Amino acid sequence: MYNGGKIFAGLIVFICLITFPVWYNVVRGKAAYRPELKIVTEEKECVESSEYMRNEHMHLLDDWRNSVVRENKRTYTAYDGKEHEMSLSNTCLKCHSNKADFCDQCHNYLEVTPTCWDCHVIPEEKKL
Amino acid sequence: MKIDRRDFLKIGGLGALGIAAKPVINVLSKGESAEASHGGGAVGGKRLAMVVDLKKCKEGCTDCIDACHKAHNVPDFHNPKDEVKWLWNEPYEKAFPEQEHEWVGGGMKGGPVMVLCNHCDNPPCVRVCPTKATFRREDGIVMMDYHRCIGCRFCMAACPYGSRSFNWRNPRGCDASGNTFIEKQNPGFPTRTTGVVEKCNFCAERLAKGLIPACAEACKENAIVFGDLEEADSEVREVLHSNYTIRRKPGLGTRPQIYYIV
Repeated sequence: MYNGGKIFAGLIVFICLITFPVWYNVVRGKAAYRPELKIVTEEKECVESSEYMRNEHMHLLDDWRNSVVRENKRTYTAYDGKEHEMSLSNTCLKCHSNKADFCDQCHNYLEVTPTCWDCHVIPEEKKL
Repeated sequence: MKIDRRDFLKIGGLGALGIAAKPVINVLSKGESAEASHGGGAVGGKRLAMVVDLKKCKEGCTDCIDACHKAHNVPDFHNPKDEVKWLWNEPYEKAFPEQEHEWVGGGMKGGPVMVLCNHCDNPPCVRVCPTKATFRREDGIVMMDYHRCIGCRFCMAACPYGSRSFNWRNPRGCDASGNTFIEKQNPGFPTRTTGVVEKCNFCAERLAKGLIPACAEACKENAIVFGDLEEADSEVREVLHSNYTIRRKPGLGTRPQIYYIV
């Protein structure tokens, strides 16, 4: 094989570069990083179980939106029978008033950019 | 089971006839219900409307406009080209072009007329909206779902009253000297964003709480009366009964639901 040394050296450099994101995170110890949510709530219970909210909050919010805007139905009966106003700004964000430590944590981790806050006003953040 | 060619053709023929008849039956059974969803009378036993008494309206007063724009985070871009309007004043001649003549009296000539979305019974904006972002509620409110608006501005072309505004600029931004376009944000109501159309929503969010629209509440002269036309003893019905009222451009057939006492 001609120039074997150069080819293999080049291949090793190429593989190192292409796997950069993987080993860089391993070296920095960020591979096991998980988003950490800080929940500052006055209420103890959300409108549904944490498990459900974690998986389905986006669908729940979509349902709320359609129900309020298109059907003028604005009251949501939670799983424990309590009634809540269907409102992102006035109900959800009243408890989860720390968008940066709550919403953004997972959204940034998963690189999703929901457009809610283009229009809905973020309340002033409470300091922890 | 044995089947000969003759029976097979008979069964096949009957089957084909059945399939062919299905769409015909579908069309016949639907009748005319397809058109009924647009306009027409109130379905939910409600027809919200507003009466504006221009005789009580004071020159230079903008209480109703200020209250509305404050409640709904309506931005002021300080530029008529980008203007976003929910409630605004229009000279008499522009508001009622069909009623205009050289000798208009009663202090109306050139005078300001408070105008807003007419929440038409036959709204052309609803008909043209390709995404159904604009729709007519059962109680007559012509509503917008900003989430669905794609900013095509067909509705703006369709509305004969100029009641719709497009957000050319970010309403949350600020001008060159650092003044925000929305003076003070009301956290209870969303702002809009660049690229959507907006208009008066008859204070649907206040009605849900049992309040009257912000403009009617803010008017110190009680020049704005709001209510349900389907309710025989409502104040709007009483006011409409005891006064002569006109509407904006009724000849266009949009059946506007804002009535003016002139």
